[in-house]
Amino acid sequence: MWDYVKLAVLGAIAVLAAIAANYARDLAYMVNAMTVMLAAAVTFLWVLRRVGEDHPEPVHEYNDGVVRAGVIATSLWGVVGFLVGVTIAFQLAFPALNFSELTHGYLNFGKLRPLHTSAVIFAFGGNALIMSSFYIVQRTSAARLWGGNLAWFVFWGFQLVIVLAATGYILGATQSKEYAEPEWYVDWWLTVVWVAFLAVFLGTIVKRKEPHIYVANWFLLSFIVTVAMLHVVNNLSIPVSIWGSKSVQVFAGVQDAMTQWWYGHNAVGFFLTAGFLGMMYYFVPKQAERPVYSYKLSIIHFWALIFLYIWAGPHHLHYTALPEWASTLGMVFSIILWMPSWGGMINGLMTLSGAWDKLRTDPIIRMMVVSIGFYGMSTFEGPMMSIKAVNSLSHYTDWTIGHVHSGALGWNGMITFGALYFLVPKLWKRERLYSLTLVSWHFWLATIGIVLYAASMWVTGIMEGLMWREVDDQGFLVNAFADTVSAKFPMYVVRGMGGVLYLTGAIIMVYNLWATVAKQPATASVSTPVPAE
Amino acid sequence: MDLYTITRQFADSWALLALFLVFLGVVLWAFRPGSRRVHDDISNIPFRHEDKPAPAEEA
Repeated sequence: MWDYVKLAVLGAIAVLAAIAANYARDLAYMVNAMTVMLAAAVTFLWVLRRVGEDHPEPVHEYNDGVVRAGVIATSLWGVVGFLVGVTIAFQLAFPALNFSELTHGYLNFGKLRPLHTSAVIFAFGGNALIMSSFYIVQRTSAARLWGGNLAWFVFWGFQLVIVLAATGYILGATQSKEYAEPEWYVDWWLTVVWVAFLAVFLGTIVKRKEPHIYVANWFLLSFIVTVAMLHVVNNLSIPVSIWGSKSVQVFAGVQDAMTQWWYGHNAVGFFLTAGFLGMMYYFVPKQAERPVYSYKLSIIHFWALIFLYIWAGPHHLHYTALPEWASTLGMVFSIILWMPSWGGMINGLMTLSGAWDKLRTDPIIRMMVVSIGFYGMSTFEGPMMSIKAVNSLSHYTDWTIGHVHSGALGWNGMITFGALYFLVPKLWKRERLYSLTLVSWHFWLATIGIVLYAASMWVTGIMEGLMWREVDDQGFLVNAFADTVSAKFPMYVVRGMGGVLYLTGAIIMVYNLWATVAKQPATASVSTPVPAE
Repeated sequence: MDLYTITRQFADSWALLALFLVFLGVVLWAFRPGSRRVHDDISNIPFRHEDKPAPAEEA
């Protein structure tokens, strides 16, 4: 019966999407509608072929299939995102690489830049968060994922969001909100997927066999709930037509700006920080084979982070139309954030106390430690840049981009690589990774890449900020904007080289993970046998 | 007074105080006597059910 309901719904979606493609008012909308039609049709066929078959839920094992899919998606989207990043880095250094004549502007920096940010944050980071949420919540609840195939719906639904957003950007569907570019129908679909994600996660916690909820789940749950709230409020918009991609924001002016950066900063705070801290609180103790340094500190870390982060957004709008008090509030809360951030960093690092020798022998733990180090460094740098006097120099310069990347490449990237290396042998039942030497190569390429990236952006950012404010003895500005552009060229090349190193490391990782599964025998069946009762 | 002023004044007085007290309460609760044993137990959760879920009957 349930199968027929699914078939009816999928068929209706496919037909409606076909109608939408027919009436489409713009190219992006039409391509997106055809993508939806195709996705619904493929899912329809898949369900159709399984109608009437009996698929009992194996309650005695974890649902790891969806985690395996998440591992593959994370690795592949990571490489795609880094590749686009390297491309646009060299486009900035050598504008001829835009190939504007050849591609009619469709692959210009302005189109590819949101593609890069969304690919690394949402496709790479998002898949990493979803798959580790599913892995962690099962292990720490001692229960199989709630909701049967709902977890698969979350996985494939999220991939559809990524494809719709990416093709939309290239073809011109964007609401021009940084990190929230996708248009109204993608936002609505993401809301549906996210509610399903919350249901799977909460459902698993509710049926847990452990009396307590492990701290990683607190962080992951706060990430899911807060992102839902941020996403809905920041994307309040009214479509101009249901047959077109264009929509109009409900808020205007400074209210819209404040909403956007309340969203934008908490995307950093709850997506890239709280969510990844959930990963840290599980994978670091597992890899170090000892419990977290202080559970009390982790509780205080959690609540302090939750209470403080949500107020820090206004520091993105210093010296704008935003009221002075709001700007000061954002600055003060950003600075107080030093304490929970460093508390969390100390907690992660000290988990290794008594096992520091593992740093010499285990390149995976080395990756995790460097990741926590970058967490500490970028959460030191961020509050410093939120101070108004510093911000008047740093804002709108490449320093900001350097700061973002020391957090994203260093903290989010490295902890994800660590988690992937940890997970693949376990999920595919292999005894060990294919090659620890290749992990070391990845580690050093990535680390040197980040250092090149961050250092060149500090130099170019501070130089650019100083050049913009330089005045002569008559009070006239000394430099034209184009002067800063040409002065930045060498640093842009260095940054691109850093990106190449980081990308190379990621490609080595993908090979290593593939070889772990393909070139080594399984120690047990991937699907654990059900014991007779 | 307009709604904006009323809500703002409420936010930076009573709401601020309430949130701060909740936070203090959470911290004090974490340090309550006897919490060490509980926390030691919780922090070992990741090392218990690596391969398969807990059996259904057992609470």
